[in-house]
Amino acid sequence: MLTIKNLHAEVEGNEILKGINLEIKAGEVHAIMGPNGSGKSTLAKIIAGHPSYEVTQGEIIYEGEDLIEMEPDERARKGVFMAFQYPVEIPGVSNSMLMREAYNEIQKEKGLDPLDPLEFEDYIIDKLNLVEMDQKLLDRNVNVGFSGGEKKRNEILQMAVLKPKLALLDETDSGLDIDALRIVSEGINKLNTKDNAVMLVTHYQRILNYITPDFVHVLVNGRIHKSGGKELALELEKHGYEWVTANTEVNGEAK
Amino acid sequence: MSDTQTIESLVKQPYKYGFKTNVEYDYFPKGLNEDIVNMISDIKEDPDFMREFRLKAYRHWTTMRDPLWANIKYPRINYDKIQFYSAPKKKPRLDSLDEVDPEILETYEKLGIPLSEQKMLAGVAVDAVFDSVSVATTFKEKLAEAGVVFCSISEAIKNYPDLVKKYMGSVVPYNDNFFAAMNSAVFSDGSFVYVPKGVVSPMELSTYFRINNEESGQFERTLIIAEEDSYVSYLEGCTAPMFSSNQLHAAVVELIALDRAQIKYSTVQNWYSGDEKGVGGIYNFVTKRGLCKGDYSKISWTQVETGSAITWKYPSVIMKGDHSIGEFYSVAVTNDKMEADTGTKMIHLGKNTNSTIISKGIAAGNSQNSYRGLVKISPKAANSRNYSVCDSMLIGDRCGAHTFPYLEAGNNTSSVEHEATTSKIGEDQIFYLQQRGLDEEDAVSLIINGFCKEVFKELPMEFAVEAIKLLGIKLEGSVG
Ligand SMILES: Nc1ncnc2c1ncn2[C@@H]1O[C@H](COP(=O)(O)OP(=O)(O)O)[C@@H](O)[C@H]1O
Ligand SMILES: [Mg+2]
Repeated sequence: MLTIKNLHAEVEGNEILKGINLEIKAGEVHAIMGPNGSGKSTLAKIIAGHPSYEVTQGEIIYEGEDLIEMEPDERARKGVFMAFQYPVEIPGVSNSMLMREAYNEIQKEKGLDPLDPLEFEDYIIDKLNLVEMDQKLLDRNVNVGFSGGEKKRNEILQMAVLKPKLALLDETDSGLDIDALRIVSEGINKLNTKDNAVMLVTHYQRILNYITPDFVHVLVNGRIHKSGGKELALELEKHGYEWVTANTEVNGEAK
Repeated sequence: MSDTQTIESLVKQPYKYGFKTNVEYDYFPKGLNEDIVNMISDIKEDPDFMREFRLKAYRHWTTMRDPLWANIKYPRINYDKIQFYSAPKKKPRLDSLDEVDPEILETYEKLGIPLSEQKMLAGVAVDAVFDSVSVATTFKEKLAEAGVVFCSISEAIKNYPDLVKKYMGSVVPYNDNFFAAMNSAVFSDGSFVYVPKGVVSPMELSTYFRINNEESGQFERTLIIAEEDSYVSYLEGCTAPMFSSNQLHAAVVELIALDRAQIKYSTVQNWYSGDEKGVGGIYNFVTKRGLCKGDYSKISWTQVETGSAITWKYPSVIMKGDHSIGEFYSVAVTNDKMEADTGTKMIHLGKNTNSTIISKGIAAGNSQNSYRGLVKISPKAANSRNYSVCDSMLIGDRCGAHTFPYLEAGNNTSSVEHEATTSKIGEDQIFYLQQRGLDEEDAVSLIINGFCKEVFKELPMEFAVEAIKLLGIKLEGSVG
């Protein structure tokens, strides 16, 4: 589904990603772990097409197409979804209205009829249950005055509504208390099928107790230093990230 | 020679335009002097009180100067170069729409203002002012049945002189300010509304103003009187073609609400604003003021200002009656080299009076957007309240947004609350929406419309739709 080859990217002249290789297939869950500032969010944003980052080398192929030249909205309509680490507030725009617009954009892309507000209301009720979100949040303005946890739940609600092929979940666990974490994780698990894939970005192992990754990649300083199965997350928990870099880095360069 | 000297020398000139009444003027001399004022009075067949009002205003105007305190920069206007009256060639006193010059009708069609019976379905009655003259008022009969008078101010002067005499200048006196004095001297036409006691106007009333002549100014005058327990909603739309020169628009609007009456006045202003280099565009100097004369009366201004090279406009409410309410909802958009200095004055005179100000300024390009607002609570206005919100949004980093709130609190039983924010339309907001599948243009318009929502919801439905479209057009390509 997604193939990333030798991806280098910079922002304002600083190289942040220094040669990433990654292969994600349909039905898989990949966890990207790493310390703060290692480039995890950058990787997700670049896949989604954030304009601040410049890809200087390498390629990102999604469903056989080169993503790099594609506008972010086009990527979204083709099934790439990002749950943001810091979801932005949009005053005056109702949450349900945005979700309906977004949903209808995808319907349009597929050549299907848009849903009117009443039809959409029916459609969204199940999705609310999935993340156990209060219906009142639908009428509020997008993320305005939401608690940290509500913002994160709202991101996963949008994922449930939009049913992406590739979901990039950036630190969805941060800001969630333990009950919320369980609910949201279970929601994500229910959305997983053999036809879609998840890239789960986190720097804690905690969420992986609920969502079992097929692969774990350790990203440090813009490079993937180690990849492995779900056991790798537990080892990281035990030994810390230095353990990975000590093994693989010489003079600051990956071996 | 300075402007005042020029004007003085003109004033002293002999009366060389020796016209009498009933002369058809296709062409009208430029500049302003007492003779010009008399000529306008002649054409209008003004009754004496009107002519005197004009002359008094004119004489006062010659002692005044352009106001320079606003946060706008423009070259001094040479009033000698302006044609103070201009009318379509065909005589526009008409009994039905069929008699309107087809070219004018076509212009209105192009503007999307069908003067046809279609508007009836939408419940809107239209008065159209073309350059300086009112060309047609629709649905007179239907309104007349309800007792509502909706006609051009010229007709009102002829048919309802007592009302005009009583109220014109009662809210905006002839000597109020430079532009109001000028308007009082030369106003050519405009709309007149009278809603009798206890009547709720059966439809929304609407006027479209159009400046068509490159060298003319437009000086319309609107007077709306709502008697006790009446209600009226009035919409005003404005457009002008593109010229490389600047046209002057100096209007005066007066609203009077008696006991328990409500007037809702909405404007979508889209005068030509000049090109991106700042060439051309309308200079819009407008005095709009409402008087809540009666107890429990309410006046509400909603404006969407998207055009004009210069906007100088402060729709205000004087809350004289006890328990009266004043409201001001405004969206002002500036782009390219536009400059807007707009806001309101809420003057609390009566007890338990209440005012709300919601101002949303959006600045893009190289433009400057200022909010200027006065809240004045007089010592006698016990237990009064004001709530103000002034939000500014910047698009790009070459524009400016400014707020100038003034407060005069004259007693200690009243309360005033003021909130102001300035935000920049963020790359991250746009990216977030694009990530949800909206293209950049839709993303920007969603953010802007969200920002303006509290104001748009005050507009009648079809105006809100028009306003949203206009904002999209105005800001196209200014982000990113
Ligand atoms: N828009 C930006 N401008 C400047 N620096 C940035 C920007 N985005 C990320 N960075 C820098 O790139 C590095 C990686 O950031 P990020 O991808 O957010 O890390 P992580 O998500 O792993 O904590 C950090 O040093 C961060 O400061
Ligand atoms: Mg991050």
